[in-house]
Amino acid sequence: MADYQTFDHDVLVIGAGGAGLRAAIEAAGAGVSVGLVCKSLLGKAHTVMAEGGMAAAIGNVDDRDNWKVHFTDTLRGGQYVNNWRMAELHAKEAPDRVKELEAWGALFDRTKDGRILQRNFGGHRYPRLAHVGDRTGLEMIRTLQDHGIHQGIDVHMEVTVTTLLKRGDRVCGALAYDRQQGQFRLFRAKAIVLATGGVGRAYQITSNSWEYSGDGQALAYEAGAALMDMEFIQFHPTGMVWPPSVRGILVTEGVRGEGGVLLNNRGERFMFGDIPDNYKAQTADNPEEGWRYTQGDKNARRPPELLTRDHVARCIVREVREGRGSPHGGVFLDIQWIKEKLPNAAEHIRKKLPSMYHQFKQLADIDITKQPMEIGPTTHYIMGGIRVDGDSQMSNVPGLYAAGESAAGLHGANRLGGNSLSDLLVFGKRAGEYAARFAKDNPAVAPDAGEVNERITEALAPLERKNGESPYRIQQDLQTMMQDLVGIVRQEDEMVRAAEGLAKLKERATRVSAAGNRQYNPGWHTAIDLKNLLTVSEAVILSAIARKESRGGHFRDDYPEKKPEFGGHNHLINRAADGSMKLVAQPIPPMPDELKRIVEEMK
Amino acid sequence: MAKATFSILRGEAGGGQLVDYTTEVTEGMVVLDAVHQIQAESAGDLACRWNCKAGKCGSCSAEIDGQPRLMCMTRLNQLDLTKPVTIEPMKAFPHFKDLVTDVSWNYRVKKGITKFTPRKPDAADGTWRMHQEDVDRAQEFRKCIECFLCQDVCHVLRDHHLHDEFIGPRFLVYTANLEMNPIDTENRLDELRKLHGIGYCNITKCCTKVCPEEIKITDNAIIPLKERVVDHAFDPLAKLIGLVTGKIPGP
Repeated sequence: MADYQTFDHDVLVIGAGGAGLRAAIEAAGAGVSVGLVCKSLLGKAHTVMAEGGMAAAIGNVDDRDNWKVHFTDTLRGGQYVNNWRMAELHAKEAPDRVKELEAWGALFDRTKDGRILQRNFGGHRYPRLAHVGDRTGLEMIRTLQDHGIHQGIDVHMEVTVTTLLKRGDRVCGALAYDRQQGQFRLFRAKAIVLATGGVGRAYQITSNSWEYSGDGQALAYEAGAALMDMEFIQFHPTGMVWPPSVRGILVTEGVRGEGGVLLNNRGERFMFGDIPDNYKAQTADNPEEGWRYTQGDKNARRPPELLTRDHVARCIVREVREGRGSPHGGVFLDIQWIKEKLPNAAEHIRKKLPSMYHQFKQLADIDITKQPMEIGPTTHYIMGGIRVDGDSQMSNVPGLYAAGESAAGLHGANRLGGNSLSDLLVFGKRAGEYAARFAKDNPAVAPDAGEVNERITEALAPLERKNGESPYRIQQDLQTMMQDLVGIVRQEDEMVRAAEGLAKLKERATRVSAAGNRQYNPGWHTAIDLKNLLTVSEAVILSAIARKESRGGHFRDDYPEKKPEFGGHNHLINRAADGSMKLVAQPIPPMPDELKRIVEEMK
Repeated sequence: MAKATFSILRGEAGGGQLVDYTTEVTEGMVVLDAVHQIQAESAGDLACRWNCKAGKCGSCSAEIDGQPRLMCMTRLNQLDLTKPVTIEPMKAFPHFKDLVTDVSWNYRVKKGITKFTPRKPDAADGTWRMHQEDVDRAQEFRKCIECFLCQDVCHVLRDHHLHDEFIGPRFLVYTANLEMNPIDTENRLDELRKLHGIGYCNITKCCTKVCPEEIKITDNAIIPLKERVVDHAFDPLAKLIGLVTGKIPGP
């Protein structure tokens, strides 16, 4: 008999970033008992890294904005493979979710008349992002954390879930271990919300931390939930590229929102040379107009640097490939040039972009008020994830919900900057609300003790095994492979090689061993995370091979165009009865006429 | 390639010793990179916390050559690599293993501070009107990433272990943020004096010096709070008005 401690909660929320915290707050407010599991310490989740802001059509800066514009911006950015219901709910509910944060203690930057200030961001027609300098994510997670600790939620810090447990079709609990002591915990729960974030650790160059190993996606998949759109990964155009140790760290889109421009090694603003047709009408065709837009001129159109992230990232890759890159394989992002326009430019930059100023100064010896930055694409976000119902956020497994980055649908093929933080709030709330309702309507069922014991033995295997392979080594090999073969520009033969490589890595992972004991042992933790990384990587490869077109975050060198026949469906990944991974194309349900009309009106 | 040696505290609570690891160093490397490299090469079970690796989450606090710093923001070229660089856990909290300490006390302390309670919304749509000048002050405190380095250097906690009587600079900053939020309606001055030990701080400013967010902890948070506490508790005129009107005077 394995040793473990048992905890009972009506609703168990796994993940304590923005979505998890918001879900837990909502469920607790509905009067059910809530457990909140965080892989790290509370308040350290990746939400803290979000910089630019949260998109909500409040219309404080430009009163032409409303939910319909936000809705169509989201669909256009996502290339129309979004879950339209989620895009609708998101656009309608984001304003209330943002205002609610203020009631919980958030202090956003202000307009002159004392309301929440909003800034410009890529793909958003009007200034829409509520923000606090360039540390909006910190403001959001701290607000939710400081509010959440007074809501009677049981917080389990530094605890990692290894398995979801089911009885029949329904989810009924989760098995986890605590990092500090390496002891197992059995959570019995009537409903579970997954809010575990993304999969960035599958790549070598990423803005994500160690936590983002696709846990939620892999746990859900193992439990029989479908994954959707796993080929759509966002490579953020501006990550740091130099020095090597900081490669991948995010440089906020806010730099471009404040007037920053992208230049190649000839000093050309290359983005002007490649504006997609469906964005031509709303994009500036000269630098002067672009500058006026960033300074709030309502009659100006946005500069091409603020086109969607997928497009900007690909343009940067092209510049580098064709020999017009910066010395360390990126391009230049220049904000210091605004001193030609503003008398107090240096001070203005430090005020508007304090953490960027700090980050470059400390990590790269670059003063961004005097010198251009060197930047290049970095793996940032996965649009795909667990398939959920748009209203309730429930997966196809009864009682299992997902919200935030771990869920799929809202962003389609490409996410607009700023739509993530609002996604966390809108759908975190909904997941918490519906999970609480499910918990009230359904009795608890006990997990199978035999299965619990089996899974504990499985999790401990890397510690028992001697002289196996290092988990760090296998993880590094996976990251290199995904970066090289399933990265920002993809082609069939490379991805087929990746599929073969993945099979070998999976085989190696069965022989992984971790030295040391169960107490706070990162080697062992890496060995456990590895399984999830391999599962989500396989799903990414399979889906990316199947989508023989280019759309949003998924770009194929061998199929560089968008194809209408791929525009009508999503890719679903399921676990077949024999344990193998299966892909099916699922038609997107037709949009109601009312929404269709809105899309037409806004064209 | 150049190599450097890192002397890292290894071992569990109550024990542990410095163990030397030599690893390659490359341009731009930070201490956390060296720790990761050592983990991958020769010490797979070396325990350390980290998340964002960009100075935004405050997880990787440690004492590097005796200085409390974030490992992810300490570049190797700021250190003397001709001798081993020592990396030790924070000392103001119970040691757990290697570079990891038990910081749970901080989370308990925060829960004990009276929570934010806003006044009624100013506008019909449930929102408030605040000007940038009004929020500037509290926004400075909200930059805090909860790395707890200020707690680590505070002698009241580090040397005198008064964790039961004093909430430390981090939570004085937290309280200041609540007190200076323009729409908050609570008054935390009594708890600051009676429960949270603000009097223990003798403004040596050690906390301000180590703050990676450059929050002026002492000048902007603690001293103004001390002044408010004194005005509130010892102002005879206010007390008299309070007695007569039955109202507790505000800050």
